[in-house]
Amino acid sequence: MAYVDAVVQGILLGGLYALFATGLSLIFGVMRLVNIAHGDFIVLGAYLALVVVQATGLHPFASLILVVPLMAGIGYAIQRGLLNRTLGPNLLPPILVTFGLAVVIQNGLLTLFSTDTRRLAAGPIETASLSLGPISVGWLPLATFAVAVVLILGLELLFYRTAMGRAFRATTDDAEMARAMGVNTRHVHALAMALSFAVIAIAGVFLAARSNFDPFSGPARLIFGFEAVIIGGLGSLWGTLAGGVVLGVAQALGAQISPQFQILAGHLVFFLILAVRPRGLFPRME
Amino acid sequence: MSDPILSVHGLNAGYGDFQALFGIDLALAEGSLLGLVGANGAGKSTLFKAILGLLPRGREAVTFAGQPIGHLRPEAMLRLGLALVPEGRRLFRSLSVEENLQLAAQGGRRGDWTVERVFDLFPALREKRHSPSQSLSGGQQQMVSIGRALVANPRVILFDEVSLGLAPIIVNDVYAALPAILQSGISAIVVEQDIERVRRMADTLVCLNEGRVVLAGPSADFTKAQITHAYFGG
Ligand SMILES: Nc1ncnc2c1ncn2[C@@H]1O[C@H](COP(=O)(O)OP(=O)(O)O)[C@@H](O)[C@H]1O
Ligand SMILES: [Mg+2]
Repeated sequence: MAYVDAVVQGILLGGLYALFATGLSLIFGVMRLVNIAHGDFIVLGAYLALVVVQATGLHPFASLILVVPLMAGIGYAIQRGLLNRTLGPNLLPPILVTFGLAVVIQNGLLTLFSTDTRRLAAGPIETASLSLGPISVGWLPLATFAVAVVLILGLELLFYRTAMGRAFRATTDDAEMARAMGVNTRHVHALAMALSFAVIAIAGVFLAARSNFDPFSGPARLIFGFEAVIIGGLGSLWGTLAGGVVLGVAQALGAQISPQFQILAGHLVFFLILAVRPRGLFPRME
Repeated sequence: MSDPILSVHGLNAGYGDFQALFGIDLALAEGSLLGLVGANGAGKSTLFKAILGLLPRGREAVTFAGQPIGHLRPEAMLRLGLALVPEGRRLFRSLSVEENLQLAAQGGRRGDWTVERVFDLFPALREKRHSPSQSLSGGQQQMVSIGRALVANPRVILFDEVSLGLAPIIVNDVYAALPAILQSGISAIVVEQDIERVRRMADTLVCLNEGRVVLAGPSADFTKAQITHAYFGG
């Protein structure tokens, strides 16, 4: 029974990892940009929510009304003003620049907020749980998972059912030809980053409601997000969710063996899947 | 003759340090067809890219409908009325046939050419409208590529080697659409390897050799031998 419980908790934990990973997957899918600062932006989102909550007294989840558009605006500006200049046939320049951003964010947050660990108090939902027979699942992990599913569903609809999604896909396929067809690809790239940052904001608030964070919490989130993307297969958002679930279950089962084994078990499964299926479980990109 | 709809003046262009075009001049009269010929690597595709702003060029180097457009970005061209049928077709692989057309329609001008009218012109495409663009035959893909230019309701279309990689009979099918296109008031520059065909279709001929115009004038003025001679840089 302990193992069944671990699998269920692992699946729900996968929802959080999918939230970490979705923004990463989205921008890699649209513009082949690997955002090394992704985890640090999640933490930035968490601090932004902290500031909004303290200033307004809003519930952390209600603070998203402000944090999501703010973060989306920051994402748009960073892409339009900085990262668009680094895009090209070479994947390295954006990696270097976002690595630099990661350092800047970590040290900026350190200066503003010190190394004290913080948390967003989400109230009773933090501990409330639902009994499913012998297993009890927390409302917060359940909500996290549901939000991840709804977000991915929404993004899939946007990509495959709207004119904006059509422009995204055309830009990914052949940016030069998209330009010749009247698509402003710099704007498209910035919109994709804005979307990624909207998801980052949500991920940041859920992270902050579920665990302590400090200015250096970002890189570990990047690793989990990155592993979820690779396990799931590049270019597929549903694959990213699956990747998050695989990672979550691996960690939860690892923790059953020994608490120290939790994180390592996730990494081992990541390498195992990479060895067996180098392109991930559900690759959509060539 | 009326003012040209599109003209190029002393255009230089290239890729980084490599200069591919040297002082190109040409003029496309409204309602006419200009045949652009030249050996592989002469600079024909580069000229199209420079006209469209996909390569940097000077503000005054390109004039469209009387206005200098050399300073405008490529994404502004389709809305102005300047469309490209690119070499190698380059359909968007993750878009269906219909989505390829809708994208261009959205980026272009309003007018008589609609997605449905493109299906009237190329009936084979209608039943494939929801198919991925890569699942089509080469000839059908070329029809989508031409359709993509048409639904933007352009004033000028730049056709780059429409026949490349197609069987001769398919090439005839594709070119059969040209009279209807010209009749709807569209002017065109056509790059084509088949000199005889160009000479028959075009009002004006321009031949490039190593990035320079080596022959230009009404097609009727030149014999095939003269064109071939210029083509190989005699
Ligand atoms: N992307 C590119 N980068 C560098 N050089 C190029 C590129 N494309 C074409 N060239 C060079 O520019 C010249 C003209 O090429 P192009 O315009 O493609 O010729 P054409 O279309 O007449 O066959 C050639 O020397 C070619 O090698
Ligand atoms: Mg060419």
